[in-house]
Amino acid sequence: MNTHTSSVTAAEPTQKASFSSRFHVRSISGLIGLILVGFWLVISVIGPMLSPYPPNDFVSNTVFGPMSMKHFFGTDYLGRDMFSRVLAGTPYTIGVALAATVAACLAGVISGLVAAAATSWVDMTISRTQDALISIPSKMFALIMVASFGSSVPILILTAAIAYMPGSFRIARSLAVNVMTLDYVQVARLRGESMPYIIFKEVLPNMFRPVLTDFGLRFVFIVLLLSAMSFLGLGIQPPEADWGSLVRENIGGLSSGAPAVIMPAIAIATLTIGVNLLIDSIGSKSVQH
Amino acid sequence: MNKTVLRLIINRIGLGILTLWIVSLVVFFITNLLPGDAAQELLGQASTVQTLDALRAKLGLDLPLYVRYFHWLGGMLVGDAGTSMVNGIPISQLIWSRLPNTLLLAAFVTLVSVPVAMFIGIVSAMYRGSWFDRYINILAVCAVSVPEFLIATIAVLIFAVKLGWLSALSHIENAHTFGEMLKVFAMPVLTLCSVLVAQMARMTRAAVIDQLSSSYVEMALLKGASPIRMVLRHALPNAIGPIANAIALSLSYLLGGVIIVESIFNYPGIATLMLNAVSSRDMPLIQACAMLFCFGYLVMVLMADISEIVSNPRLRK
Repeated sequence: MNTHTSSVTAAEPTQKASFSSRFHVRSISGLIGLILVGFWLVISVIGPMLSPYPPNDFVSNTVFGPMSMKHFFGTDYLGRDMFSRVLAGTPYTIGVALAATVAACLAGVISGLVAAAATSWVDMTISRTQDALISIPSKMFALIMVASFGSSVPILILTAAIAYMPGSFRIARSLAVNVMTLDYVQVARLRGESMPYIIFKEVLPNMFRPVLTDFGLRFVFIVLLLSAMSFLGLGIQPPEADWGSLVRENIGGLSSGAPAVIMPAIAIATLTIGVNLLIDSIGSKSVQH
Repeated sequence: MNKTVLRLIINRIGLGILTLWIVSLVVFFITNLLPGDAAQELLGQASTVQTLDALRAKLGLDLPLYVRYFHWLGGMLVGDAGTSMVNGIPISQLIWSRLPNTLLLAAFVTLVSVPVAMFIGIVSAMYRGSWFDRYINILAVCAVSVPEFLIATIAVLIFAVKLGWLSALSHIENAHTFGEMLKVFAMPVLTLCSVLVAQMARMTRAAVIDQLSSSYVEMALLKGASPIRMVLRHALPNAIGPIANAIALSLSYLLGGVIIVESIFNYPGIATLMLNAVSSRDMPLIQACAMLFCFGYLVMVLMADISEIVSNPRLRK
C-alpha cells in the first residue's frame, strides 16, 4: 500500500474538456497544502516558545475543560493546558518523523543507486532483501522492534526508517535503471568517467523531482505509523508526548466531546492532508512539463 | 491455462517462499538480538546461576542461535510455535481461538468495501473531471491521510456517544442474531472500509481510465456505442486484471489496519493477541503472530501478482 497511491495520483492524464477548471482546483488545493505544511514546519521550530504555560504543569482545576481565552484548546485529563501540550508535541511528531524520513530516503536512494550501478549479483541480493523487508507490514515490524528494543526515540526513528526504506529503494532503483540507459550516461561512460561521477553528476540530478514527491509521501506514512504507535502506547513515552500520545491519554474525554482529544487529532489530520495536497499538485505539474 | 502462465505462476510462488524465509530470518534475529533471555525473564530476581542453567537447558536456550533458529523454523512449518512464556498455553491454541474472529472481520470488510469501491471507481472514471470525480478525489486523499484511530474515534463519537446506536466496544460473544452481529461489526468495518474504499476506488479509476484512453475504445465510440456500453462492455473486461491487482494489494493493507481497529474496539482477534504479547514481552507469541501476519500479507501480494499474470491476454493461447 506504500507505493501505488502515489503512482495513481501522478499518472493523471490531462483531460481536454475540463482541463482549466481541473487545474484551477488542483492549484488551490496545492496552495492550501503548501500553507498547512509551511505553518506546521514553522510551529515545530518556534512552537515551544509560543507556549503560554509549561506543558507539564497542572494549571487548571477542571479536567477536560472547554476552549476558552485562558486555555485555547481547553485542558487535558489532568488539568494541563492543551494548547501548550500540542505545541510541545509538534517537534516530536514532526521532528522524529522528518528524521526517520530523511534516513529512509537516504538509505533507499543510496541502495537503489548501488543496485542499479552494480553487477547483477549484487543487485539481486539487495533487491531480494528489500523485497523481504517490504513484505513485513510496517506496523508489524514496528511492534517487533519495540517488543525487542523498547520504544526510545532513536529506536522509533530507526524502525520507521527501516520500514519505509524498501519503498524508496524500489522507486530510486527503477528511476536509476531508466536514466542509466539514456544516451548521455552512455556517453559519459565512454568518456571514461568514474562510477561516482556518473551517479552524482549525471543520474542523481535527473531523479530529483520523483524522489522529492516520494519523500513527501513517505513522510505522511511515517507520521501515521508513529502516531499509531503512540496511540497504542508503544511510541513516544511519557512525560514526553507527541500528538498520537495526546489523543491516547485524553481518550477518556471522548464521551464529552472534549477539545483535548479532538485538537491533537485535528493537528495530525491537517499535517498529513496538507502534505498530500501539496504532493498531488507537484505530481500533476510534473506531468505537464 | 498454458505453459508460460503456469511457469510464471510457479516462479512467483517460489519467490514468495524465498521471501517468507528471509522474513523468518529477520523476525527471529531481531527478537533474539538483545542479551537476556526467556529463562531470565521467567525466573526474575530470584534466579541463581544453577536454576538459570537448568531452565535454559530445559528450554533449549543453551544451544547456539542458529540451531535454535532451525528448531523454531521447523516448529513453525508443522504448526507448532511453542508455548506462551506468560501463561504456558500452547501458542497454536491461542492463535486458533482468535484467528476466526479476525478472518470474520476481514471477510465483512471485503464484502462491503469491494463493491462500493468498484462502483465509485468506475463512475468517477466515466465522469472524470466532473464535480463528482473531483470531490471523490479530495475525499479519498483525506481518507488515506488521516490515521485509522482518528476515523475510529470520530465514529465512536458520532454513533456511540451522540446517537447512542452502537456500543463503543465489540462484544462479539453477545452477537447471536444477525441484527446483533451488524451492531458489533458496524464500527470496526466502517473504520477499515473508509481507507480501503478510498485506495481501491482510486486504483480502479486509474485502471479504467487507462483502458478508456486506448484506441479500441475510441473505435467503439466511433461506431456509436453508448458511454455505459463502452465502459461495461469494452473497457471493464480489459481492466479486470489491474483492478484485481488493486483489490488484493489494498486488502493487504487490512493487516496493518486491524492492529489499530481491534485495539480501539477491544475486538478479540489476532492483533489484540499480538499487542498483549508486545506489552508483556512474550517473545514466542510475538514471533508466531508476526509470521502469521507476514504470511497473510505475502499471500495477498502473491494473489495480486497472479491475477495480473492470468489476466494478461498476451499470455493466453
